[in-house]
Amino acid sequence: MAEKNRLAALADRLRHFPARPLTKVMEVCGTHTVAIRRAGIQHLLPETVKLVSGPGCPVCVTPDHFIDEAVSLARRGVIVTSFGDMLRVPGSRSSLEEERAAGSDIRAVYSPLDALEIAAASGRETVFLAVGFETTAPAIAAAGMMALERKIANFSLLTALRLVPPALQALMSEDARLSGFLLPGHVSAIIGRQAYGFLAARRLPGVISGFGAEDIITSLLHLLEMINKDIYKIVNTYPRGVRDRGNARSRAVLAQVFEPADAEWRGLGLIPSSGLRLRPAYAALDARRRFAIRVDGAPARKGCRCGDVLRGLIDPPACPAFNKACRPDRPLGPCMVSSEGSCSAWVTYG
Amino acid sequence: MDKILLAHGGGGSKSAELTRKVFQRFLRDPLLLEMEDAARLPGQVFTTDSFVVKPLFFPGGDIGRLAVCGTVNDLAVMGAEPLYLSIAFIIEEGFPVTALERILASIAAASRASGARIVCADTKVVEKGKADGLFINTAGIGRPVFRQPVRPSRVRPGDVVMVNGPLGLHGISVLTARGEFGLRASVRSDVAPLWGLIGKCRALDVPFMRDPTRGGLAQTLNELAHGRRFGVRIMENELPIPKKVAAVCDLLGFDPLHVANEGKVVMVVAGADAERALKILRRHPLGKGARRIGEITAAHPGRVVMATRSGSERIVMPPVGEILPRIC
Repeated sequence: MAEKNRLAALADRLRHFPARPLTKVMEVCGTHTVAIRRAGIQHLLPETVKLVSGPGCPVCVTPDHFIDEAVSLARRGVIVTSFGDMLRVPGSRSSLEEERAAGSDIRAVYSPLDALEIAAASGRETVFLAVGFETTAPAIAAAGMMALERKIANFSLLTALRLVPPALQALMSEDARLSGFLLPGHVSAIIGRQAYGFLAARRLPGVISGFGAEDIITSLLHLLEMINKDIYKIVNTYPRGVRDRGNARSRAVLAQVFEPADAEWRGLGLIPSSGLRLRPAYAALDARRRFAIRVDGAPARKGCRCGDVLRGLIDPPACPAFNKACRPDRPLGPCMVSSEGSCSAWVTYG
Repeated sequence: MDKILLAHGGGGSKSAELTRKVFQRFLRDPLLLEMEDAARLPGQVFTTDSFVVKPLFFPGGDIGRLAVCGTVNDLAVMGAEPLYLSIAFIIEEGFPVTALERILASIAAASRASGARIVCADTKVVEKGKADGLFINTAGIGRPVFRQPVRPSRVRPGDVVMVNGPLGLHGISVLTARGEFGLRASVRSDVAPLWGLIGKCRALDVPFMRDPTRGGLAQTLNELAHGRRFGVRIMENELPIPKKVAAVCDLLGFDPLHVANEGKVVMVVAGADAERALKILRRHPLGKGARRIGEITAAHPGRVVMATRSGSERIVMPPVGEILPRIC
């Protein structure tokens, strides 16, 4: 009961918060997008505050080209393992789900270690689609290290790992109207509060938030308060998950296996040092080397404005395909596929 | 659509698409086109269901208990007392007889508990690797005994939506039993034959009942509201979602409202009978956790809306495609 009252009181404070005109806040992380809409928090915002979704949905920012590479691997008889969300993403010609129905061996897993076990048990060439941010990268790095240690030579990684801070930097230089960021709890648990110093330097506040309705409302209140008072700090309202310095051990594992590299993001284009590639000592794990994958350049996706959604330039309903040609049951673009995509969240939770 | 995907078996919008675009081009009996859980024959209801759950044994049940309960419950939610069942097995070569015996014992027990007799059966054996152990099909016949017809067309604004206990147990039980996530949460499936509970309400005005299996509560309520002149409004505060279910859902990004149940019934009861219904349900072991979760409204016709804990609102949509394949 006490919890219920506290939540209602917080919601009330948010509703009546005297926010500045034209306040535009970006929630960076897909998990936040879903949590916000699931709790209906967007309806609690003061009229002058606009909340836009950012690029923090791994499936969404992965370019079509990557799906095409995975499809080409699957067609060669390689076991392709992946987080489930990737399976329905349409590539330029086909999706992994369609390839599986056509007979390819494609398996949804919940951890790269499951993929490693599949490789060990089957003895067949097994590729894991390494997609995600700083959150998933350490586990993938650990699986890679384990593969070498256990001499599981038939395991490899097709990588499209991305880093959050460089994407935020790219967004900041593009859209001067952003007033502040709701920062991802899980990613921050790894990189720490210290990783966001560049935001404050550009006069942008940020709040690292947990994922419960109460966490998010509390964080938004903090953020709006700082915006009102021209305070440019990074505040951590999620101390049970995030320490200032993050998780140094996870970062060390990550850094042993991967190094930063320029990377292509859907919507954002090529961002310097925003991706991860395998270090030379781990090149044996690189599926691109092992299989010399060749795919044609993917044609531009017609009618889908995922890219603009990911940059926070438009809300999903402003896309001409939204909920018409592009729907959760037959998605055109990845923002409608991923359970963390903003288009899917808008359709699912209204 | 040129190939069947796992998503087409998920019970959600993809399944509906398959039914509409393929099945209904060939099979057009008016009783079938009513698309209810069971066909209403003169003086009888008749239904069938197949079971492909993986693994065959999970905490709280197994494929045998599921096969009996699934069909019995489809009859029960039509307001019909389950009388007779058929059962058919497709067994893979090499399947251990001891496992088959365990499953049969559980089928016998579930059939006794449900009150329905198993009166005909069939067995086929296929080559190794062709049936993943064992598949079961059941069909059942029941006799409608509810005093007033259980028909969604009779649902009116002001009616009360209730459920007989905690949600999401079956889906999460099977999921964790697969050991796919190294999750140790031991959640027991709620799989149970519901006629004993539902039959007690036969004198009440219950215009709609449905067992929220694949697609969960969200699917069931959307099927109820779809194309109707009323809407459904549920209250997040009142939803009985166990902590373990919520925790696993959080971890995997599932909505607990999309997770399957096998021992639950969603009832829409006329406002005047609501209190009595709750009392009756709560007296039965399968209805101890019964509660009112929402109401039928004249507002937002065709839609399901949830009042959230933070005092806001959101739409409740059915799941799309394959959330958890082979859950039943």
